[in-house]
Amino acid sequence: MNPDNLVQTTGEWLRATGPESDVVVSTRIRLARNHAAYPFTNRASPHQKAEIEAIVREKVAQVDSDRPLHFINISKLGQLDRQFLVERQLISRELANAEGPRAVVVDDREAVSIMVNEEDHLRLQVMRSGLALDEAWQDIDSVDDRIEQVFDYAFSDEFGYLTACPTNVGTGMRASVMLHLPALVLTKQIEKVFRALQKINLVVRGLYGEGSRASGDFYQISNQVTLGKSESAALTEIREVNRQIIEYERQARTLIIKETRQAIQDRVARALGTLQSATMMTSEETMELLSSVRLGVNVGLVTGLPITLVNELFLHTQPAHLQKLMGTQLDGEERNAARARYLRTRLKEAGPNPN
Amino acid sequence: MKCQLCPNPATVHFTKVVNKKATELHLCTECAARQQIPSLGELSLSAILQSLIGQHVGPQAEEMSRLTCPTCGLKYMEFRREGRLGCPRDYASFRVGLEPILRKVHRSTRHVGKVPRRRQPSEIDLSLLDLRQQLRRAVQAEAYEEAARIRDQIREKEAANESR
Ligand SMILES: [Zn+2]
Ligand SMILES: [Zn+2]
Repeated sequence: MNPDNLVQTTGEWLRATGPESDVVVSTRIRLARNHAAYPFTNRASPHQKAEIEAIVREKVAQVDSDRPLHFINISKLGQLDRQFLVERQLISRELANAEGPRAVVVDDREAVSIMVNEEDHLRLQVMRSGLALDEAWQDIDSVDDRIEQVFDYAFSDEFGYLTACPTNVGTGMRASVMLHLPALVLTKQIEKVFRALQKINLVVRGLYGEGSRASGDFYQISNQVTLGKSESAALTEIREVNRQIIEYERQARTLIIKETRQAIQDRVARALGTLQSATMMTSEETMELLSSVRLGVNVGLVTGLPITLVNELFLHTQPAHLQKLMGTQLDGEERNAARARYLRTRLKEAGPNPN
Repeated sequence: MKCQLCPNPATVHFTKVVNKKATELHLCTECAARQQIPSLGELSLSAILQSLIGQHVGPQAEEMSRLTCPTCGLKYMEFRREGRLGCPRDYASFRVGLEPILRKVHRSTRHVGKVPRRRQPSEIDLSLLDLRQQLRRAVQAEAYEEAARIRDQIREKEAANESR
């Protein structure tokens, strides 16, 4: 499959159709898996990595699946296409920038993806819209069952699924929930929430933007422990924490509407106005403004603008997406102009109104 | 670049965002671990891991520093530096050094959860891994006859596993 086929769309997980979509963008579960008969990626020879890749191409990508699986050879992609796959969260930055034989297997809906020769031989990933940990687990558990028929997993009764980094050993499972928490940020409660999370061993990080920088008020919460705690116990823990954070965020939204309605109204209207009229727009500013607009839609301060479109704009205004959409390479300044133009056009089509 | 909290070289670089204000942080591994910064991502988890390796393997350090995995050739000191294991055997090769780290990171040293459905409960079979590594060394040494012999062994073993 050619990444160009994905440009006009978003994965289903970004369409805001899942449970608690006003706060939760998506649920992701990853499983780290390695082949028992090969050294881990960092100690494997190029030849051995190529063999792993061949097993995936010839067997793993051919397992029964609800939707057809497509094999994408990453070492053959240019920098822009690799960046594009990172923005879509189909591959990690590490895999994009690595060297040697490596690949990703993706289904049509972008619900399932399998990174090949990342830190571990396989990183299976399932994405779902909204808070859907059980559904995501069922999906990935069944993908995992089918892959184990053709890929001999490194597993020991004592340590579980063996991984290159001891922080992943055991279940090899990392479940992450991506939340949009603008009201907790505005009311300055976000730090408090994070401190509480740290105590129960969950990891929080900012999403989008460069590196680990939080932008657009998106945060991702993941479990940290993979050894000595079953998948279901870890999922229960992360589900309960997320329920709480969702509750806090909703309370904060109610509070700001009740106590500072005019200020919020102004903030949202200005954000929307700027997005509809600016001629230069950086990635950071876009994130900030879209975040305010997303909040505005969710608390009823903006009508006529579907959340699906707002989510899509977050993705489509990322640098690689923008360049793919425009069909040409753009430098920083050109990108800012193209981004502003794209936002104006898309928002004009939708025709939202501040209330 | 130097760590912002001590004179060591900075190895962890990230941006902390508090109330929409971004602060650049450049820390050494130890300081990053001590900070327990909540916005630390998975990447920095491994930085924390590296400092744990330093802190918790003290008593066995002498013994551990002499260890090398016979299968992948990883030295314990390399694991200590990079925080990554080299092959499935390393969980046995470096067990003494790993257990205190696992206890610290996971508060456990024993797997609970999914077990591959296909597999009989027994010790992990590493014979194919060893054969593949022998093959790699034979090819490197241009010992092609031996390489061919090992390739046959691998094929036999794989066929036996298929029909299992
Ligand atoms: Zn330091
Ligand atoms: Zn080894």
